Amino acid sequence: MKRRLSIKRRVYSGALTGFMYLAVGIAVAALIGIIGFVLYRGLGHITWEFLTTARSALRNTVGILPNILYTLYIIFTTLLIALPLGIGAAIYLNEYAAKRRLVRFIEFVIELLAGIPSIIFGLIGVLFFIQAMGMRRPSLLVGALTLSILVLPTIVRTTQEALKTVPAAYREGAFALGATKWYMIRTIILPASADGIVGGTILAVGRMVGESAALLFTAGMGYALVTNYFEALQTAGGTLTVMLFVYITEHGDFDTAFAIASVLLIIVLLLNIGVKLVKRRLKKI
Amino acid sequence: MNIIRTKDLSLFYGSFQALRDINLNIPEREITALIGPSGCGKSTFLRTLNRMNDLIPGVKITGQITCHGEDIYAHGTDPIALRKQVGMVFQKPNPFPMSIFDNIAYGPKLHESLSKPDMADLVERSLRGAALWDEVKDRLKKSALSLSGGQQQRLCIARALSVSPDVLLMDEPTSALDPASTMKIEELMGRLKQNYTVVIVTHNMQQAARISDRTAFFLTGDLVETGRTDEVFSMPRDKRTEDYITGRFG
Amino acid sequence: MKTKTIIEQTMKTTFFLCGMLTIVITFGIAVYMVISGIPAIREIGLSDFLFGQVWNPTGAEPQFGILPFILTSVYATLGAIAIGVPIGLATAIFLAKVAPPKVAAAVNTAVELLAGIPSVVYGFVGMIVLVPLVMNVFNLRNGATLFSAILVLSIMILPGIINVSRTALAAVPREYEEASYALGATKVETICKVSVPAAKSGIAAGIVLGIGRAVGETMAVILVAGNVANMPELFGSVRSLTMAIAGEMSYATGFHRNVLFSIGLVLFVFILLINLTLNLILKRGGAKR
Repeated sequence: MKRRLSIKRRVYSGALTGFMYLAVGIAVAALIGIIGFVLYRGLGHITWEFLTTARSALRNTVGILPNILYTLYIIFTTLLIALPLGIGAAIYLNEYAAKRRLVRFIEFVIELLAGIPSIIFGLIGVLFFIQAMGMRRPSLLVGALTLSILVLPTIVRTTQEALKTVPAAYREGAFALGATKWYMIRTIILPASADGIVGGTILAVGRMVGESAALLFTAGMGYALVTNYFEALQTAGGTLTVMLFVYITEHGDFDTAFAIASVLLIIVLLLNIGVKLVKRRLKKI
Repeated sequence: MNIIRTKDLSLFYGSFQALRDINLNIPEREITALIGPSGCGKSTFLRTLNRMNDLIPGVKITGQITCHGEDIYAHGTDPIALRKQVGMVFQKPNPFPMSIFDNIAYGPKLHESLSKPDMADLVERSLRGAALWDEVKDRLKKSALSLSGGQQQRLCIARALSVSPDVLLMDEPTSALDPASTMKIEELMGRLKQNYTVVIVTHNMQQAARISDRTAFFLTGDLVETGRTDEVFSMPRDKRTEDYITGRFG
Repeated sequence: MKTKTIIEQTMKTTFFLCGMLTIVITFGIAVYMVISGIPAIREIGLSDFLFGQVWNPTGAEPQFGILPFILTSVYATLGAIAIGVPIGLATAIFLAKVAPPKVAAAVNTAVELLAGIPSVVYGFVGMIVLVPLVMNVFNLRNGATLFSAILVLSIMILPGIINVSRTALAAVPREYEEASYALGATKVETICKVSVPAAKSGIAAGIVLGIGRAVGETMAVILVAGNVANMPELFGSVRSLTMAIAGEMSYATGFHRNVLFSIGLVLFVFILLINLTLNLILKRGGAKR
C-alpha cells in the first residue's frame, strides 16, 4: 500500500497539473496586465476638464463630455426601442405562443442572430437605415436603431430565461383564483422575473458601451457638443468606445486614448458589479 | 482472520461528528452487512475504508483503520494504492459514458500497461466474475449506458473486480434496481465471497439477513451491535437493535 | 368586465406584434444581407471573387479577389483556437474541479471582467505592448502581423471558452468521478479520462463559440494585424474579412462599396455555418443526457 505511484503516472499528473496552473496564471496575468496597464497610463490624464468639456481645436484642449452624452443618448434610445420589443417578444414566446414547434424555430433563429459579429450589424445599419430608409448619413438615431437590432437577441434570451425561472405553480395559482392572463403576467410573472430582466438589461448596456464596429459607420464619430437630445439624435456623434478608436487611428493621441480606455474600464467594472448585485438578490428569493 | 480492523474510529464533517469510536473487525471472505436508519453513519463508515471521504473538504478522522495490518491513514500511505486493493460499488449504477469494454479496461489501464489480448482476457474474466459475460459478449463496443439498470450495476461490479481488489465495498448496490435484478446481484454476491471480502451497506433488512454472514448495526454515528447475522437477527443483545429489526423505527 | 377583455386582447395583440416584429427583423437581416451581397458577386464571378488572390479595388482595372481575407480569417482563427483552447480549458478545469470555492469565485470575477472589456481596448493594448514586442523578439520591420492578431484573439476568446467549458465540467455527475477514484485513479487521471470526455459536447460548444468570436472580431485586429491585403504569412501584415469591411467602408463608393456588402455576405455565411454547428453540438449533447 505504501508503494507510490509509478514514475510515468507521476510525471503525467505533475505535467498536466503544472500546465493547468500555468494556464490559470496566463489568464489572470492577462487580465491584471491589461487592466493595470490601461489604468496606469490613463488615470493620470483624467481631469475634471477632460470629463466636462468638449474637444477644442482652437484652444488645443481635449474633452470627452459630448462623447459621454452621446453614449448615454445612444444607450437610452436603444433601450427605448429594444427593451419593450424584446421583453414583449419574450413574453409572447414564453406565455402566449401555443405552437411549440414555431416557438422552438423562433428561438433557434434568435440564437443564430446572437452569434453574428457586430461588423455585420454595422453593415446592415448602413445598408438598411442609411441607404434603404433614406436617412442618408450617420446619426445617433441610426446608431441606436442598429444597436437595437444588435442587442435584441440578448434581451429576448435573458428575459425568456428569467420568465422560465418563475414556477408553473405560480401561474396555476393565479389562474385558479380567476386571474386573467395579462393580470397574471403583470402581478405575478413580471415582478418575479424583474431581477433577471434587469440583469439582462445591464448585460445589454455593457455590450453597447463596448461596441465600436457596429457604430463606426452608423452613428459616426462627431465630437461637437449638442446637449439637446432631439437635436443630438440627428447629428453624427461618436460614443466613448468609437472615440477611443478614433483617437488612436486618426489623431494618434495615445494619452487621451488611454484616458478614455480607463473611463471605459471603470464603467465596465461598475456594470459588472451591478450584475453581481442583481444576481445576489435573485438568489435570495 | 480479520482483513480490516477499526479502532476508536471517529469522523467529523467540520464540527459535526458523524461517527463515534467505531471498533469493528471485518473477517476475510465473508459478507459483512452494515445496517441502520438513514443518517446513522453506515455509508460514511464504508467510505472511510477506501478513503473516499478524503475527497470531501473539511473531513477529519481520528482513531485507526488497518487493512492487512497496515494503518491506511498513516502518513505516507497512498490512497490510490489502497483504492486499488479496496474496490467500491455505488448506490446508483454509474458506468462511465463509454463502451462496455472501455469501462472495464479503465481501471487496469491506470495501473499497468497490458497487451491487447491480455486486456481482452482481463475484461472477459472481470465480466464473467460479475456474471455478465454471456449477456454482453457480443456487444462489448456498445455504450455501457445502453444496458439495463441491473446489467449496469453488474458492469460496475465487474469494473471494480478488474483491478483485482481483495475487498469489495458496496453502498446499497440494489436500492435503485427492480426485484429481479436485485436477486441476480444477491446471487452474485454469494459467489463473490469465495474470493473477496464484501462489505455491504443496505437498507433492506431481508437482504442483510439473506446474504450476509455478519451484521453491524449503526445508529446516529454509533456502532450499536455487531455479530453473526443469524444471532443479531434472532436474538439481538441491544433493545435498539431489536426495535430496528422488528420495524419499530427506521 | 368588458374593459377587462379589451385590455386582455390588446395586450395579447401587442405581445404577438412584438414577437412577429422580432422575427421580421431577424429574417429581414438575413434576406437583406443576401440581396445586397449578391449583385457584386455576380458581376465579378463567384470563383474570381472567392479565390482571386489580388485585391485592388481602386486600380485602373480594379480586381476584387478576397482569398487573402478569407485565408487570413481562417488562419487567425485557427491560431487563436490553438493557443486559446488549451489555456481556456485548463482554466475551466481549475475553476470547476480544483480551485477552492473562494479562489474560484475570484478568478471567475476576473474572467467576467475580461469578457466585458471592449475589443478596441484589447486592440489598443496589443498595439502598444504586443506589436513592438513581436517586432523586437522576431526582429521584424513591422510587428503588426498575423502573429500579433493571433495572440490578441487568443486572449479575447478565453472568457467564452472558460465559461461554457466550466459549466459543462461542473455538470458532470459526481458519480462518474467517484467511480474513477474508487478504481485508484489520481485526480488528474480522473479529470482527463472521465470528466473531460463526459463534458465534451459542452467543451466543443465553447470552442465553436470561440471560433465565432475570433472570426467576427474586427476592431481589435485592425489595430494589430497591419491591415495590408497580402496573402497571409505568420510574420507579415494581413487583412481579414472583418478588417476589409471596416477599413474600407469609410471611403468606398459605388461598386467598391457593393463588394464590401458581398464580403459581409461571405462573413455572414461563415458565421451562420459556425452557429449551426454549435446548435447541432448542443442538441446532440442534450439528446444524450
